[in-house]
Amino acid sequence: MTLTLTLREPPAAPVLAEPLRPDRLAALSGGEIERLALRHGNREVALGDLFAVSGAGARDVRVVGDLRRVTGLGTGMTGGRLTIAGSAGPHTGTGMRAGEIVVQGDVGDWAGAEMRGGRIVVHGSAGRRLGGAYAGSRAGMRGGEILVDGDAGEEAGAGLRRGLIAVAGRVGAAAGLNALAGTIVAFGPVGAHAGAGMRRASIVAMAGADLLPTYAPACTYRPPFLPLFLGRLRELGMPVADDQIDGRYTRWSGDGVELGRGEILILEEPL
Amino acid sequence: MRLHDAEVVDTFAEAFAMWGARIVVTAQTPAWADHAARSLTGFATSVIGCKCEAGIERELDAAETPDGRPGIAALLFAMDADGLAKRLVERVGQTVLTCPTTACFNGLDVDDEVIVGGRLRYFGDGWQASKVLAGRRYWRIPVMEGEFLIEERFGIVEGVGGGNLIILGEDEASALRAAEAAVAAMRPVEGAIMPFPGGIARSGSKVGSRYKGQIASTNHVLCPTLRAQVDDSDVPDGVGSVLEIVIDGLGTDPVREAMRRGLDAAARSGALRITAGNYGGNLGPHHFHLRELVP
Repeated sequence: MTLTLTLREPPAAPVLAEPLRPDRLAALSGGEIERLALRHGNREVALGDLFAVSGAGARDVRVVGDLRRVTGLGTGMTGGRLTIAGSAGPHTGTGMRAGEIVVQGDVGDWAGAEMRGGRIVVHGSAGRRLGGAYAGSRAGMRGGEILVDGDAGEEAGAGLRRGLIAVAGRVGAAAGLNALAGTIVAFGPVGAHAGAGMRRASIVAMAGADLLPTYAPACTYRPPFLPLFLGRLRELGMPVADDQIDGRYTRWSGDGVELGRGEILILEEPL
Repeated sequence: MRLHDAEVVDTFAEAFAMWGARIVVTAQTPAWADHAARSLTGFATSVIGCKCEAGIERELDAAETPDGRPGIAALLFAMDADGLAKRLVERVGQTVLTCPTTACFNGLDVDDEVIVGGRLRYFGDGWQASKVLAGRRYWRIPVMEGEFLIEERFGIVEGVGGGNLIILGEDEASALRAAEAAVAAMRPVEGAIMPFPGGIARSGSKVGSRYKGQIASTNHVLCPTLRAQVDDSDVPDGVGSVLEIVIDGLGTDPVREAMRRGLDAAARSGALRITAGNYGGNLGPHHFHLRELVP
């Protein structure tokens, strides 16, 4: 059974929708869900004023409509499945710990910021600071998986501490900015300044990267962990080619201005 | 009891609780996985002298392994969980880590775990790095060849050690032929290994000895050459050679199934008599009665 929330009309002002998380909604009746308080601009409104509610008591929640001005969907969720049939606003899935969010369109900035577990699947593109750290936080994403079928904006994985971010398309500038650990897999081109300030993380670049001068080449080899990660991504539907699993990668170590234990692995052309 | 051409003695194999782990070794080629697995399971015939018992469970297709390369599943058993953890660290560290192109993964998804990769990571001298994928942590250890990948934790289960069949033949050749047939029939059983060379032991032992400090000695009652010298010989007329197959398993079911297959194959392949070893039933908690294995 699925709980469906259908946006009645595009909101005139941003809607803060943090209560819309499956683990919380599952315990509520239809009436209680309609009476949930959401912030719409500078006013508090009932959820039922903005969404038509169908069904109840389900950990499978579907939100339908043009949700680009709806922020914080699935924030802190600890289980269940949230499907967003449309594009979602910023801060989707921030701090989530378990469960799955599937965005059938694009997602705004800060998606999965500081998340600790679970999975976010974006069938469109993602904005800035995907899986990133908020201002004042040292660590961004600390676990879980984010998969993006389209492109990702600047500073994807900023402050990444643990977990996996995979982007099928382009990745914007400064991916892995100040990342502490974790893995970013970029199937498309990677923007400038990748890995700036990175300490221990891995960026895997399938289509090359414009490297900072503070990265130094180590060797070309087959990193044994990559088949596991790429196999996992293939299982989850990402476009992983056999050449990428079997391929040789040049390891660039950096960032030399930081700890220098990070790496950017660039897929070499097959011989 | 008769089974095919053999007499089956109405007795039982007495087995003990042992803790077991499944180690999945992968490599660039099946040959290198085999090199590593054979080293890993070498000198591990009996806890009496080797501190553990180990064997190759089966070869794995690339499609069955975590990293998509050819591999081998090996089982390793020790008397307790702590001992098993120590043996795993020692053996994986000396035989798999050192072997070109290999990686090493846990093959048991169970609640009880011991740390293996999390200990071996120190070989990286600070240059090691970890990766977490789907809740499992892996360690990347830089080595001269490139990089060794090993899972941090390995699952362990309370299994069974010391299931056995004792095969009596007319001479060395016929006893060996029957034992080889038994081992060949037993090998496909998942979750069981026969830790002795080729799966067969020619020197079954008894507990204790007339010599102080010797904890095990030759099982004189089943030595054909002593038949005329000892009062309690169990070697019947016409028997010139006796071989034993020891079976360790991740549970009672694999041991029982391996014994059932081995019993049948040995009885079809020239064994005169098949029996099993026990200590009167007072030492080991697992009793595998041969009469229950005869169809």
